[in-house]
Amino acid sequence: MQQLINTLLIGVSIGSIYALMALALVLVWRSTRVVNFAQAGQAILSTYIAWEVVNRSGSFLMAFILAVAIGGLIGGLVESGLMRVLLKHANEGPVAAVAPVIATLGLLAVIRAVVGLIWTNEGKRFESPVSTAGFVIGDATLPFSRLNLLIIVTAAVVMIIFSIIFQKTNLGLALRAAAYNPEIARLSGVRVATTRTIGWIFAGAAGAVAGILVSPNDSLTPNSLDTLLVFGFVAAVIGGLESLIGAVVGGLVLGVGLSFVLIYLGTSLIFPTTFVVLVLILLLKPAGLFGAKGARSA
Amino acid sequence: MINQQILEIDSLSVNFGGLKALSNVSLNLNSGEILGLIGPNGAGKTTLFNALSGFVTPASGNLKLFGEQIEWPRADQLVKLGIARTLQGVGLFPDLTVLENVMLGADIGARTGLIRAALGLSHRDESALAQKSQTMLERVYAGHLGERRADTLSYPDTKRVAIARALVSDPKILLLDEPAGGLGGQDIAWLNGLIRNITSSCAVVLVEHHMDVVMSVCNRIYVLNFGEVIASGSPDQVRNNPDVVTAYLGSGANNS
Repeated sequence: MQQLINTLLIGVSIGSIYALMALALVLVWRSTRVVNFAQAGQAILSTYIAWEVVNRSGSFLMAFILAVAIGGLIGGLVESGLMRVLLKHANEGPVAAVAPVIATLGLLAVIRAVVGLIWTNEGKRFESPVSTAGFVIGDATLPFSRLNLLIIVTAAVVMIIFSIIFQKTNLGLALRAAAYNPEIARLSGVRVATTRTIGWIFAGAAGAVAGILVSPNDSLTPNSLDTLLVFGFVAAVIGGLESLIGAVVGGLVLGVGLSFVLIYLGTSLIFPTTFVVLVLILLLKPAGLFGAKGARSA
Repeated sequence: MINQQILEIDSLSVNFGGLKALSNVSLNLNSGEILGLIGPNGAGKTTLFNALSGFVTPASGNLKLFGEQIEWPRADQLVKLGIARTLQGVGLFPDLTVLENVMLGADIGARTGLIRAALGLSHRDESALAQKSQTMLERVYAGHLGERRADTLSYPDTKRVAIARALVSDPKILLLDEPAGGLGGQDIAWLNGLIRNITSSCAVVLVEHHMDVVMSVCNRIYVLNFGEVIASGSPDQVRNNPDVVTAYLGSGANNS
């Protein structure tokens, strides 16, 4: 029973990070209809900046705030400086569908190379701001630590903030309308280009939070967030790629599922299981668990 | 009261590839007026609305709004210019509530500022907007529908909500694209009353296939055929114009 609860808690902790990455991918998908592979690159750049600030100042909080702000800024710059120009020029024929995705892959490679040039490819140790030792209950030491708790609480706070913005504010209303039907949204005075940039800013910030939360107590390299991108993508697909709640649920389902695989079946089955889950979702429920009924087509 | 000219379109042409969708169309609209725009399918009525709403780019033509010559607007500038439009296909956002759909019509970015909204500083503006949207819903007898999701509404109700969304921005010019399409007799009677009533605050341009509606509410009518204005004038003048009869019924109509 105790192992079951431990597995569940660890799953929620990992799943929260997957959920944040999935949230980032969904925000970009909703605003621009692009799967942003560069999200891992944007997040790694923010995470390295956080690592640098922690090393120089010793303050994790300051590093966190700065890195999230810079993550948002990077997201905004990628949208306004690259994607907007690209979508304007490559807007017809097969290239229109492929070019943005290829561009995000290229950008991922460029960011990784730049990060490697600045910080080298050697692994950096990102110290955890809180203890990674498991909580002790009676005689037993749980694998669930203060770091896991911090991850869950931080991810939950970020998700609540997003939820308030999207459900309770005019900005959220404009973002939802522009995601569903840009033409009608424009007619209502919504500046769709601005909402797209804001979507990328939010995504950049969410990705940065995911990067910073997954990195402590681990080795940080220019491509250490690539696996997180894969899990985030699968979580987003589970959730239907359109839905923010779906991204969160998808992340948690995947995290808990993989935690059970890890504890009861072993590490080697993590990736095969993820792949099988992805294929099964695409075959049985292509619109995901929270797929929109009337998703927009363009 | 009809008085000053508030919209003037001069020699508007729109081409779709080699096809001339509109050719040198000129029309004007006075404040307080209900202007009908009729013509057979494919005559260019909706294209004219699209040009005016920034959905298509005119090949040539000038636009004067409230006496001032302006560039053809982008769709997202329309509300700010005092123009609102409903769509043939209604165009509600199905997964938003009715109230949220109406709130969207009020150029929410301009009202609250996107940065302020992002920082959560616009709560008071948002409450005021929700209140105003509710009032607009009540004006179209849809006040009880505010919390419903738009995709659960009956077709006549979606039409009411679409009109409330257009009115919430306090437009000076309202473009109604086939508002009576798909409505039954009772709803059409209600719509006639509403359109007449609206003119106390704004002028209306009406594209409509229901001739009863057009003839009963419009002060003036323009008739388009193959992208050109073939007649204009009062409902009676238009009704008795042989070119209009020919356009609608074919060239044999006048001989029979």
